[in-house]
Amino acid sequence: MTAQTDARVGVTATVNGVEISRSVATRITLAQFLRDDLGLTGTKVSCELQVCGACSVLVDGAPVSACTYLASDIDGRTVETVEGLSAGGSMHPLQEAFVDNFALQCGFCTPGFLMMAKALLERNPNPTEDEVREYLDGNICRCTGYRPIVEAVLDAAARMRREASGD
Amino acid sequence: MTDRHVVGQAVRRRDLLEKVTGKAVYTVDVVPSGTLHAKVVRSTHAHAHIVNIETSAALASPGVVAVVTAKDLHGLFPRFGHIVPDHCILAIDKVRYYGEPVALVVAEGVAAADDGAQLVDIEYDELPAVMTAEDALAENAPLVHEEAYRASSDESFAAMAATPDDERGGTVERDNVAHEVTLEWGDVDAAFAGAHTVVEGEVHYPMLYAYAMEPYNAIAHFHDGTLHVVSTAQHPYMVRTDLARIFGLPLARVRVEVPYVGGGYGSKSYTKVEPLAAVGSWVTGRPVKLVLDVEESIYTTRADAADVKVRSAFDENGRILAREFDIVLDSGAYADNSPLVIAKAVNRCFGPYRVPNLRVRGRSVYTNTSPASSYRGFGAPQGSFAGELNLDQAADRLGLDPVELRLRNLVDVGEEVLRGKRGIDADLKADLRMVSESLRRDAHVGESYGVGVGCSASDAGAFPVSTAAVRLQTDGSVVLSSGSTEMGQGSRSALAQIAAEELGVELADVYVSQSDTGSGPYERTTGASRTTTLVGLAVQRACADARAKIAEMAAEVFGGSAVDYEPAPGGVRGPDGPVVGFGEVIMRWFGANAGEVTGIGLVRRDGATQKMPPFWEIGMVGVEVCVDRETGAVDVEQLVTVADVGFAINPRAVEGQDLGAATQGLGGALFEELVYDGPQLLNPNIVEYRVPRMGDLPAKIDTMIAERRDGVGPYGAKGAGEGALNPMAPAVASAVGRAIGRWPTRLPLTPERVWRLVNDLPPVS
Repeated sequence: MTAQTDARVGVTATVNGVEISRSVATRITLAQFLRDDLGLTGTKVSCELQVCGACSVLVDGAPVSACTYLASDIDGRTVETVEGLSAGGSMHPLQEAFVDNFALQCGFCTPGFLMMAKALLERNPNPTEDEVREYLDGNICRCTGYRPIVEAVLDAAARMRREASGD
Repeated sequence: MTDRHVVGQAVRRRDLLEKVTGKAVYTVDVVPSGTLHAKVVRSTHAHAHIVNIETSAALASPGVVAVVTAKDLHGLFPRFGHIVPDHCILAIDKVRYYGEPVALVVAEGVAAADDGAQLVDIEYDELPAVMTAEDALAENAPLVHEEAYRASSDESFAAMAATPDDERGGTVERDNVAHEVTLEWGDVDAAFAGAHTVVEGEVHYPMLYAYAMEPYNAIAHFHDGTLHVVSTAQHPYMVRTDLARIFGLPLARVRVEVPYVGGGYGSKSYTKVEPLAAVGSWVTGRPVKLVLDVEESIYTTRADAADVKVRSAFDENGRILAREFDIVLDSGAYADNSPLVIAKAVNRCFGPYRVPNLRVRGRSVYTNTSPASSYRGFGAPQGSFAGELNLDQAADRLGLDPVELRLRNLVDVGEEVLRGKRGIDADLKADLRMVSESLRRDAHVGESYGVGVGCSASDAGAFPVSTAAVRLQTDGSVVLSSGSTEMGQGSRSALAQIAAEELGVELADVYVSQSDTGSGPYERTTGASRTTTLVGLAVQRACADARAKIAEMAAEVFGGSAVDYEPAPGGVRGPDGPVVGFGEVIMRWFGANAGEVTGIGLVRRDGATQKMPPFWEIGMVGVEVCVDRETGAVDVEQLVTVADVGFAINPRAVEGQDLGAATQGLGGALFEELVYDGPQLLNPNIVEYRVPRMGDLPAKIDTMIAERRDGVGPYGAKGAGEGALNPMAPAVASAVGRAIGRWPTRLPLTPERVWRLVNDLPPVS
């Protein structure tokens, strides 16, 4: 066991726009790497079985569950976390819309919802309500009853379309 | 000051800004340098003697610093529990449930602790177990606890736990009943004998898990004779009491801090993992962090399952003559808060109706299963499922509309529900009409559809002991301190609104600091929907106290007497007219560009909060469902709720609480159930314990707020947050029953269960 648990591997990746190069234990997950090694504690871990979506981050633009994605597998890839959403100092329209629509309460699931919603809006800038519900069905929120989250995502999509069209 | 400018507004919650950026700090994010990590070694039996614990291999594992077992706790009080201290920190001599902590491996890093935990070898001698309440109540059933425990000192709990034998330290004839509560008035037998219609039934309410998404976790550090704990506790002051007793420390030397909490819903009430982290630090002298996973959290605390028998007598006009309930809770291996859960189930099962003759017996029963405790609405959902479903069956038998039956029996404003307690502070009939009208407006036609409503009233607020402090600063800003925990419900924002309103300052100028027993004021609990009402009152009083001090100081500085200085926004108005800001008064009085004034607000059983309960929390809901008779699948077409909150400090936040509670109620009605198979759970995870998802959203959601300024809280406010959950299960069960023509008796109403009902097949347990 010890030989395996001690194994480490070099990883080079871009995390929230910053290139990092680290030696990581092969057994640790991306969530552990982000939280413990990089101090990016915005990404939360809950079910640890890929069903709650709390730990969702984007790897090369695609949402993954950081709780079960090995840290070593980000080598050569680009990772985006909730901290990257407002990296420029101003909040992302999704963050603004989540606050304005009361789309969170305890906030523990929120980073995962935000990243999942970002992935949705990148693929589909003008989703219908049903499309939002379908895309976010893999994220659990225990506080809000979901309706405000749907409203926030639609609101953010509208804000982003307005920004894109220069209105 | 009557022109309200901040309260009643759907202001942006500042905690949400921290949370959407990922900057908000939760306990799970707190890891000081030098922290050791702990892993719990858990029982693999439901009931067994511990013969031997072999720790040498674990101690030899790389990075392991210590392996703590009950034997290492010499000199400590090795148990906890706020009502009865029956709960072993680490199992002593025997284990009482699968998953019970037996040893704690403390190591340099999470992985080393995990590896070490796998090397602890425990030898057991298995004992016969009682896995259900029925088994536990059987004659000559094996005992989960052989000894009686002395009650904790908290006044409102002491009466609940103590027996004369406990006090004498003698032995009593033991059984597995952890706590029994009865409630009776009138002549029940005579009323049943003379009734026009008697309707009876028996239901089972499932074993649930709150699934707060941040699992139980804590970090503890002993240093300089002081224990410092950061944890996910809803009630840091209650946890402090348990920890002080364990280590024989003065209360002042135990500091419990609670940062943002990733969901509570009652499941983080009272002490959970804090003693484990604390004994880890006590043994090693270093900070010790313990984070449970979801499976471990389920085995730490789940909600009480219930078997309820109900019988109601009616006259020919559908008026209730008598009701009788027998409630048995499966409370698991340790009492935790279940004695209070059963007391509340007894108070809440018969509903906010005029019941001239009543008899209720409630028993909380020890079993060799995961310990049960509070979960949102505690006691009310279990009791209400039986009581409300029984009324729907009665309406059917009496040929009455179920709304009409309720309107004939609901109490009026001011009328007592519980004898000798506060009369009902709500207009229940108006609330029910709001629900009924909304349902009717969008009702579907067709035999697949069914409608159900549910009413409940909870004696909420808990025991009124609240304090708050406001500290006025020289620049006019305000620090508000409270021991109440922010777990998502929005208290940080609502309390700031109240302070801003009272002091006439901008909301942005109020900073709120919460839940730190080392530096902030006392708060008994954060539960029973009490914060807006009781802490809100404490904040109002703290603001008034600060204003009184400012007036005294202004008189001293500017002349005249305190009464000459009237309250004005952000300051006082002197005899000469102009408003002098708080900051200027403070600086002039201290004679420096420095200083502050602290106002203190205290709330106890006195005045407006003398009569119990401090307020009634109303649950008023309606649903319309569509049942697919081929598959048994249930879709919720309409969800209608009324939050009868007196006055909504932040209406959007109130709606959010109500929809959240309603959704958790739908989860218990349709999806959620922990299932034991032998000694362990079949589904201790979020794959097989299914909670509501976005795709389950009802097609129509109508969350209404009734504001009649009829509460004792600030501006007429009452609590919110549990109401919509409490009567949700019976509303759904009634709706499904009407759609398919057969009454459900068990939850959740999974497709299989509904399909069996449709086809008149025997139920699966």
